[in-house]
Amino acid sequence: MSVDQATVRRIAHLARIAVTEDEVPHLQGELNAILDFVAQLDEVDVSGVEPMTSVTPMAMKKRVDEVTDGFYADRVTTNAPASDDHFFIVPKVVE
Amino acid sequence: MTDLTQLTLAEARDALRSKSISASELAKAHLAAMEQARSLNAYVLETPDQALAMAAQSDDKLARGEAGPLEGIPLGIKDLYATQGVRTTACSNILGDFTPPYESTVTSQLWRDGAVMLGKLNNDEFAMGSSNESSAFGPVVSPWAPPEWSQDKLDAALKGDKKGLLVPGGSSGGSSAAVAAHLCLGATATDTGGSIRQPAAFTGTVGIKPTYGRCSRWGIVAFASSLDQAGPIARTVRDTAIMLRSMAGHDAKDTTSVDRAVPDYEAAVGRSIKGMKIGIPKEYRVDGLSAEIDQLWLKGVQWLRDAGAEIVDVSLPHTKYALPAYYIVAPAEASSNLARYDGVRYGLRVPGKDIADMYEKTRAAGFGSEVRRRIMIGTYVLSAGYYDAYYVRAQKIRTLIRQDFENVYHAGVDAILTPATPSPAFGIGEMGASDPVEMYLNDIFTVTVNMAGLPGLALPAGLSAGGLPLGLQLIGRPFDEESLFSIAEVIEKSAGHFKPQQAWWS
Repeated sequence: MSVDQATVRRIAHLARIAVTEDEVPHLQGELNAILDFVAQLDEVDVSGVEPMTSVTPMAMKKRVDEVTDGFYADRVTTNAPASDDHFFIVPKVVE
Repeated sequence: MTDLTQLTLAEARDALRSKSISASELAKAHLAAMEQARSLNAYVLETPDQALAMAAQSDDKLARGEAGPLEGIPLGIKDLYATQGVRTTACSNILGDFTPPYESTVTSQLWRDGAVMLGKLNNDEFAMGSSNESSAFGPVVSPWAPPEWSQDKLDAALKGDKKGLLVPGGSSGGSSAAVAAHLCLGATATDTGGSIRQPAAFTGTVGIKPTYGRCSRWGIVAFASSLDQAGPIARTVRDTAIMLRSMAGHDAKDTTSVDRAVPDYEAAVGRSIKGMKIGIPKEYRVDGLSAEIDQLWLKGVQWLRDAGAEIVDVSLPHTKYALPAYYIVAPAEASSNLARYDGVRYGLRVPGKDIADMYEKTRAAGFGSEVRRRIMIGTYVLSAGYYDAYYVRAQKIRTLIRQDFENVYHAGVDAILTPATPSPAFGIGEMGASDPVEMYLNDIFTVTVNMAGLPGLALPAGLSAGGLPLGLQLIGRPFDEESLFSIAEVIEKSAGHFKPQQAWWS
């Protein structure tokens, strides 16, 4: 499989990465080089094989559903590019 | 006074305990060496005040006889580890001056045991790379000089664009370079596809990626969560064993961290390997494997046989599919993990006309080209209509890769010996410029280990014709790091240690 330029633009938008028109042909070449490389996986017979879900066989640890952490909003917002009164500030999202 | 930076971690520990040196003078010696070595660009942040304060505390504890296992030992920390109050960037512009209000579990265990932080080490951006060239802080220069370069040529390249000087490997290139150049006694590193073992091999140092789940991932900037593991790089097998004991252990904050006692790894160093069964996988004899690496591998086999190990040929038939499967799984997980960098909660923000525009502009400006490429590949292979063809297929192949290893171990093999890399270190600016896959091939021998979650150790075993370090890799059974330390020490004793030329960079 290979990607065309429209697909490159669509993937970039899905990934929320702005691309300029100049970058598209270059990215297309690079993505197709990687897709060509991974295409060799098609030769492997994977019928009846379970996809790996956990590399170490272990039961998922569980805990009681209770609050164990928090109450330090100032630390949570301390690295924010824009914040006010422990809120993150973003451009308007609801009209 | 002898140069304190020439001590191994174990020697320094013993000298501190016997009070023949102090933690403060040990820290000062390393801070001075770091200052002299800034042109290597191994550290992206030096923390001398913190180092001296921690060292003074260690001296107090040593005086009171309350020394921890790493009391007073100066270490460098890869910039992927969150360090409380100390800038942590993953060497990406998108994190800007991010200063974590928390400490990663692994580093907090190192400080608990008395270690001293010298600073933060350079790495490929978000650990994506095999040469440390994708760092937002620029490339790291290996302390190994290119063969036959004059001092004038070296000086000019160090002051200029650094082209042609050697890479220290990646992604933990700052860690490997700092250890090899004696700018710390040991360093933390991380390994997703080979990022501890390949840089160790390129710099003549020792690195171990433990079994998945052995070290907590909490507080380490995530790349591909099912593959990422923390581990140490140091100058001897014993030194990595000492460090790993402090780094490993269960952590309730990481659900994939395993609740299992941490052995005294150092006790395994020097243990006999008589009767151990070592597998030699024929699939690692790849096309184009250099003759000198093949020779080195045979030497390794002979050393182990001489020490009483039994050598057996084994087969890992899905080896060649590990790297392509990795380039689906790792970018897929990265695209998901790196979704958090959106310009809202931390790091860089580039304003936009609406929130989506802000996300897109922020991420375009903040991520470097390799990271953007991997996020896009990951987004594509996870997108509707392609998920089964790519991601699910890759995870099935991962099951097959793990089964290959299980079959070998089931047949009684204790560990597997392979080359660590297909070549010695290459020059800055020489690889991957036209085709990203060229760079990816560096990890051909290491990536299987991450895909199967196994422990892997790389150590120097000889020099190339040009005088550059070449490494071997040992792959172990799950949670059997101890055997790796025992076997590695046999190779280390036989091969000796390899040091770069005198401090040509200072």
